[in-house]
Amino acid sequence: MSKVFIYPSTSLILSDMVERFGHEPLGVAIAIRERIQTPGLDSPPLQMTPEDPKKGLKYAAVEVPSGVRGRMALFGPLIEEAEAAIIINDADLAFGCMGCARTNELVKFSVRQRKDIPVLDIRYPSNEDEGLAFVQKIKEFLSGLPEKNDPGKKKGGKK
Amino acid sequence: MTEHQPVRVAQLSCGPEHSGVQKEIYDAAAMVNAEMFFPDVALADIKKAYEEFGLEAKSADLKLAIARAKALVDGAVDADAVFIATCFRCSEAAIVRNELRRYIHSNSTLPVVSYSFTERTTSGTLLTRMEALTTIARRRALLAREKQVGITLGIDSGSSTTKAVVMKDNEIIGTGWTPTTGVVESAESVVKSALEEAGLNISDIEAIGTTGYGRYLIGDKFKADLIQEELTVNSKGAVYLADKQHGEATVIDIGGMDNKAISVQDGIPGTFTMGGICAGASGRFLEMTAKRLGINITELGPLAMKGLSKNVPMNSYCIVFGTQSLVNALAEGHSKEDVAAAACRSVAEQVFEQQLQEVDIKEPVIMVGGTSLIEGLVNEMGRLLQTEIVVPPYSQYIGSVGSALLSSGFIGEK
Repeated sequence: MSKVFIYPSTSLILSDMVERFGHEPLGVAIAIRERIQTPGLDSPPLQMTPEDPKKGLKYAAVEVPSGVRGRMALFGPLIEEAEAAIIINDADLAFGCMGCARTNELVKFSVRQRKDIPVLDIRYPSNEDEGLAFVQKIKEFLSGLPEKNDPGKKKGGKK
Repeated sequence: MTEHQPVRVAQLSCGPEHSGVQKEIYDAAAMVNAEMFFPDVALADIKKAYEEFGLEAKSADLKLAIARAKALVDGAVDADAVFIATCFRCSEAAIVRNELRRYIHSNSTLPVVSYSFTERTTSGTLLTRMEALTTIARRRALLAREKQVGITLGIDSGSSTTKAVVMKDNEIIGTGWTPTTGVVESAESVVKSALEEAGLNISDIEAIGTTGYGRYLIGDKFKADLIQEELTVNSKGAVYLADKQHGEATVIDIGGMDNKAISVQDGIPGTFTMGGICAGASGRFLEMTAKRLGINITELGPLAMKGLSKNVPMNSYCIVFGTQSLVNALAEGHSKEDVAAAACRSVAEQVFEQQLQEVDIKEPVIMVGGTSLIEGLVNEMGRLLQTEIVVPPYSQYIGSVGSALLSSGFIGEK
């Protein structure tokens, strides 16, 4: 089992696919759940506090809007934790909405900077044939990921 | 709408929840009995709405904000007012924020305020804006009042100065002015002066209105009938004194701590902006300039009119850097007149660049507040806006006059 960072991180379909192939999806739901379940925080609806944009400084400079830094406080640790990643480019709003365009640029860049993990970087399909190929590519990628503590399979580079 | 009914404020935003300031927005709304809500739109409507709007925003949250704005304008969702909030420093959000504000202002009667926040934005910062939004929604009848009746007292407890006026039958008959030290003591002192000038006692006063930063404290102290933020009060006071109660107008108030720019229709604010990034764009900088030049603040305006502002480079967004420019200019041998003019230009330019871009400037432009008496500043602002600026009589008492005028609406209720 590998920890797979997914982009769009809100995509339940992608999260479900990762789980079906026996891996752990790293999506935003996990980061939000952690905040909701941590006692002592009271800022609805995401339990974010002004402390989060400060934590986000690790991933984005102080000149960057606070909303980007707050979002990076959610995504940054997930990207660091990832053992693999899937990036779906130009995804439909319904596939998984990622609110801030600037954060999205930075998230994708940060994932691509992780040269030590396999990354599947593909485009969202625009017709049925592309859709079938799209699912097939994800399936192949996930099937090829190493089992946890499996020395027989080496982590590859970018696919 | 009654005073007790919550005002429904539609929120169009990107980022406040991730910046940790959503709770501050809710807190500010709760303080003025307003209820924030996010207009409900279906997924299918979002794409259609932003394509129709024609702005190719990349951010999904900004696309959602556009769809929500369209739902408000189309009447698909009911609201009493609109609050637009996006991250400070985001250029895409700044474009969307500005265009949505303009779109809502042009296509509906909803009062709208836009704000760019940082993670340090507090409910206290948002309170005056939220209060103005709810006042406009709730007190349209009161804001439509065009004449002062009876004997009323208006007190404006500002950050730099405290002012009071006594009005009788639509005339100002007494005034009081002092720098703000203790909030209550300063208010007591100006009320005493205003009453003495009017030849009246406090028992003669039929209604009292308070505004400014100390409005709640002095409102309690004087048992005021009306305690209201300065955005609506100053708009009303400005169009009343300038005799421009009907049609469009723009009110600019460069204050000691922050500035207000308000787009007014028939005396009622439509869009407004309040704030300023730094004291470099406020009356405080001019006060400091006067001190450094060794003159009284009242002498700064006439001195500036004798100078040439273009002779001295001074355009800083920060009071510290502004002061550096000032000191350097004097050290380089520039005349006091030119330095005074440059300081006025610097403040005017910053207000123009930072705030006036956020409201639609419609003539007449009325300047009010203590800084409107600095003719050098009015002159530079007029030059920037390419218009003749109106400075009404008693412009420095604007908050007090607005309070006295509006509070007369409560006389009949007693």
